[in-house]
Amino acid sequence: MFLISILLFVMLQNMGDPLATMGGRSVTRREDRERLARQFGFDKPILVQYVYWLVGNDWTKVDINGDGIAETPGIRKGVLRGDFGTSLVTRQPAMQLILSRLPNTLLLMLVSELVVVLGALFIGVYSALKQYSFFDNLITTLSFIGYSMPIFFLALGAMYIFAVNFKRWGLPYLPTVGMFDPQAGQTPGQLLWHLILPVTVISVNSFSGYSRYIRSTMLEALNQDYIRTARAKGLPRRETVFIHALKNASLPIVTIVGLDLPFLLGGALVTERIFAWPGMGRLFIDHVSRGDTPVVMGIMMLIAVAVVVFQILTDVVYAWLDPRIRYN
Amino acid sequence: MTILLEVKNLITRFHTPEGTVFAVNGVSFSLEEGGTLAVVGESGCGKSVTMMSLLRLIPIPPGEIVSGIVNYHGQDLLKLSENSMQSDIRGKEIAMVFQDPMTSLNPVLTIGRQLTEPLRVHLNYQPDQARKRAVDLLELVGIPDPSKRLGDYPHQFSGGMRQRVMIAMALACNPTMLIADEPTTALDVTIQAQIIELVKELRDKIGLSIIWITHDLGVVAGLAEHVIVMYAGYIVEEADVDTLYENPRHPYTLALMAALPHAERRRESRLKSIPGAPPNLLVEPSGCPFASRCEYVVEKCRLENPPLKALGNEHSMACWLDVKMGELQ
Repeated sequence: MFLISILLFVMLQNMGDPLATMGGRSVTRREDRERLARQFGFDKPILVQYVYWLVGNDWTKVDINGDGIAETPGIRKGVLRGDFGTSLVTRQPAMQLILSRLPNTLLLMLVSELVVVLGALFIGVYSALKQYSFFDNLITTLSFIGYSMPIFFLALGAMYIFAVNFKRWGLPYLPTVGMFDPQAGQTPGQLLWHLILPVTVISVNSFSGYSRYIRSTMLEALNQDYIRTARAKGLPRRETVFIHALKNASLPIVTIVGLDLPFLLGGALVTERIFAWPGMGRLFIDHVSRGDTPVVMGIMMLIAVAVVVFQILTDVVYAWLDPRIRYN
Repeated sequence: MTILLEVKNLITRFHTPEGTVFAVNGVSFSLEEGGTLAVVGESGCGKSVTMMSLLRLIPIPPGEIVSGIVNYHGQDLLKLSENSMQSDIRGKEIAMVFQDPMTSLNPVLTIGRQLTEPLRVHLNYQPDQARKRAVDLLELVGIPDPSKRLGDYPHQFSGGMRQRVMIAMALACNPTMLIADEPTTALDVTIQAQIIELVKELRDKIGLSIIWITHDLGVVAGLAEHVIVMYAGYIVEEADVDTLYENPRHPYTLALMAALPHAERRRESRLKSIPGAPPNLLVEPSGCPFASRCEYVVEKCRLENPPLKALGNEHSMACWLDVKMGELQ
């Protein structure tokens, strides 16, 4: 975790200049830049900045008025004490900003993930059972098209068909922007209605990977000797497939899902941008482009923690599914 | 004796990307009620495929049962619907034990679950009823402390114990017939002997009819009454066990016998082996399949495949030559 945070911190320092956009539309003047740098502590060596970010600066003095003399005690508490700092763009606490976006992203991403996993499970198992059938070949083809289609193209295409053209044809058309219609209010129905397009776009794109993967793990499981044993016992087909094969096939599937889940927190960069979904992906882009270290670091650390947490969770599920690795 | 199972002219092929595999090429045999039939031959000569074709366990596609009749209790198993095959035959009437106990049990399900499945499916046992029967079964096959072991997973059992579990599972619904597909090949010799003893005991106790696939002629002698020798998807010789050992007639059988190690043979003498390997089953057979490895081969062998011919006394074989006499028949 420390290594990750150091690496990210150093990289972010070199990525953008937060002072460049602080003057609004006009270019920041040179003397202002120097003053601002002193006020925010950007004039300090990178190691010092990192220490301030990590453990805070309330044990030392900072230069609040920017005259070059540190006179005021610092107020930052540091990440280790739960203070991620203040956004350089909005002046809000970084964590507050992130947490305000998190539910939106989780909603979008979890719904998508659910659609993807359930759909892929169904399709993957089905095409494994009917290997090389017409349906299997059709799905394979569609999967590769979906997989190789750039997401922005898919998103814009979906918008064009389901919003623009449907409206023109007088059909009920899907909304393309935001989470709610301002006139209709924030109702769950509105939310669902607004979810359809972005969820579809995300699903189509990541669906193929999952379904191909599930297909191949299922095929592998179905070719095992114990499936032959189960068939020789006279078990009904659905029991052979959904208990004997799927339980074995689910092991690698759980691994993949466990690896993917933490990154759902990061949101969908492109999709959120196109559909104006106020989630983490948009937050990330908006703030990384302006060098807003506290917010970006906050998002990154959140994902890093989630990766570790989900790895542990995956291991727990694994042990539950596979008796061979159960710990005594 | 009544005939329990009669197989006529069974042909099974696999359509693979490399071409068609001629796995079983017109095999006919029968099994008497309560009898024990051994099927011997090298690896890859169609023994397992033949037996799996009977239960229609081969994957279709790529496999295809081209033709044949499998007459069991007056019904043709090859014409039965998949559903009645599953609910009335497999595991209930005819059970099968496979070669490799290490991979034939599902690693993520408990032994208890796998043992009780056939009871639940075929006999509609309630869970506690099935559990009781499972304990009895494990006891029957000689697994100590059976009630405790029901909750264990396959990896907690040794190879021999797993094969016992497989046998217990096969016997769960009191089948009429057991097909054992090289059940002892993957096991130590001492465990092999134990498993064979166990099966013999069970056969005498519950009157099971058995088809025992093996490539070990030594195993056959102690167990079977009737033997068929398979080569490249054909039956090349068929006889009762004493006749076959005393009077083997097909060159392949002779070669197999010669390859057996003998306790009284001198240690310096090397084991005899049959030169070459079984033929490529991807090529449509023409001529005798054993011709390329046969020491008695004559011109006719390469041109025409000899049919299975009765020699009397339930002994038949497929060879143009009478090897004993050294002349063309």
